[in-house]
Amino acid sequence: MKKPEPVFALVDCNSFYASCERVFRPDLAKTPIVVLSNNDGCVIARSYDAKPFVKMGAPYFQIKDHLRRNGVVAFSSNYALYGEMSERVMTLIEAMVPAGEVYSIDEMFADLTGIPGDLTQFGRKIRANVLKCTGIPVGVGIAHTKTLAKLANHTAKKLQTRTGGVVDICNTRSRDWVLERCEVGDVWGVGRRMKAHLEAMNIKTAMDLARADPTMLGKKFSVVMEKTARELRGVSCLELADAEPPKQEICCSRMFGKRLTEIEPIKEAVATYMQRAAEKLRAQRSLCKKIRVSIRTGMFNPDEAHYANGALVELPYPTNDVRLMTKAATEAVNRLFRPGFRYSKAEVLLMDLRQPGEFTDDLFAETQPATADKIMSVLDEINERWGRGTLRAASVPADPDWGMRREMMSSSFTTRLDQLWTVKAN
Amino acid sequence: MSVTILGPLETGGETLPLYSFQVPAGFPSPAADHIEKHISLDELFDIRAPHVYLVKIEGDSMQGIGIYSGDLVIVDRSVYAGHGDIVIAAINGEPVCKRLHMRDNQVVLMSENTRYPARHVMEGDELVVWGVVKYSVRDHEKT
Repeated sequence: MKKPEPVFALVDCNSFYASCERVFRPDLAKTPIVVLSNNDGCVIARSYDAKPFVKMGAPYFQIKDHLRRNGVVAFSSNYALYGEMSERVMTLIEAMVPAGEVYSIDEMFADLTGIPGDLTQFGRKIRANVLKCTGIPVGVGIAHTKTLAKLANHTAKKLQTRTGGVVDICNTRSRDWVLERCEVGDVWGVGRRMKAHLEAMNIKTAMDLARADPTMLGKKFSVVMEKTARELRGVSCLELADAEPPKQEICCSRMFGKRLTEIEPIKEAVATYMQRAAEKLRAQRSLCKKIRVSIRTGMFNPDEAHYANGALVELPYPTNDVRLMTKAATEAVNRLFRPGFRYSKAEVLLMDLRQPGEFTDDLFAETQPATADKIMSVLDEINERWGRGTLRAASVPADPDWGMRREMMSSSFTTRLDQLWTVKAN
Repeated sequence: MSVTILGPLETGGETLPLYSFQVPAGFPSPAADHIEKHISLDELFDIRAPHVYLVKIEGDSMQGIGIYSGDLVIVDRSVYAGHGDIVIAAINGEPVCKRLHMRDNQVVLMSENTRYPARHVMEGDELVVWGVVKYSVRDHEKT
């Protein structure tokens, strides 16, 4: 029997962060919403009806009054809520399809190969079920390759009213229709630089890219571009990805809620970021041998003196022991800190990551003592059960005054008992 | 009032039943073959399902059917609300907990407390049913 041609769907939540904010605020169903980055810096998400009023990336302090005048409501980003709603959406989709790949917090690729009947109808069923069970609207793009599914999804979103949020381009006629009407920059994996390169070669639409010689693209750019062109022609080169391989580097970097001039609070911040980075390290079961710590002032204010510096610290042995790592990182701050500057940001980067057992111990080299392994697993268990930060290094404060500004944050609604959604019965 | 005893409860949905018997050197425990999975409130209320939500109620308009101020309700979004269901709904954007009455071409949000009048949903009103209340939970020590 002939193997059936693969079919992929990309399911993507519409204005995901803004949609999450609306789920528990029915009063805002028709109010334009924007969500701000960490520290309430700039706009990172907009509901559809907010788009005419504000650009992506606009700094909040500049547009605050403009938003208020136009009745746009701003929220600090509430990742606890978005993560929880994302999990609900993904679980619902996964239950309806043979296989799925979570591509980002608000996108999932699904394998629809072999599903009988009208795929547009099937897409509408996914859309209706997710909307009913979570309140989050999604768009669905369906095609024979992942790259085409992504493009179909893009079209579904762009022509929301005409498509009802579902576009199936499995047949050649509708595929060509979409390819002709999408710019090459709309294609998955074509960034702004690549777009300029391609346009210089007179490749302007997605159709132009589909018709270009893939071997030539492979030679001129990369094997990724070659695959992209083939995928646009309907030849599937990308499968659903398995679970991600462990990361090669782990980073935790954040702006302070206010400028810092003393060394002590900067050390506290570095210890706090290290705590988070070490958690991520242990979650992927890696060990780390080098740490890079960097601190800097604001870089854009011409009235402020600028300073940025980083230091690399080598650890005595590959480790995941937050105590050892925090000590090394805060000592690095001693070397980096110069008085007289107004610091705005610190970063902790874990490098030279290894999987235990994959590196050869030097017979005479020190290794992480078994007691440290045990202490770390108890630490993780306690924090898993009682909440992040329950047990932590003494250098990490519970509620620092340099912490992130999140002045307009909604409740977590679903993840904490003391913040559950409250509904009136009166 | 009749009471049915359900059996021991588990602390969370993911815990497995505990077989705490030592491997006996002498006579095997006669209960060992009769261990059943413990009951989990998570499972009973289906709280981990992606379409189920916990909501806190404030106000006394539903106390006639035993939902008091401060109670938690377990809300299912996956089902369609029918006549007589207790629902979480938004009337003109305002979320409320009421009984949904749908008869004789009329939609009414009913309270379960004589002090609160029925709210007739008229033309021009916008009613969105958010979910259907399946269970409620009360802290009897606090109240």
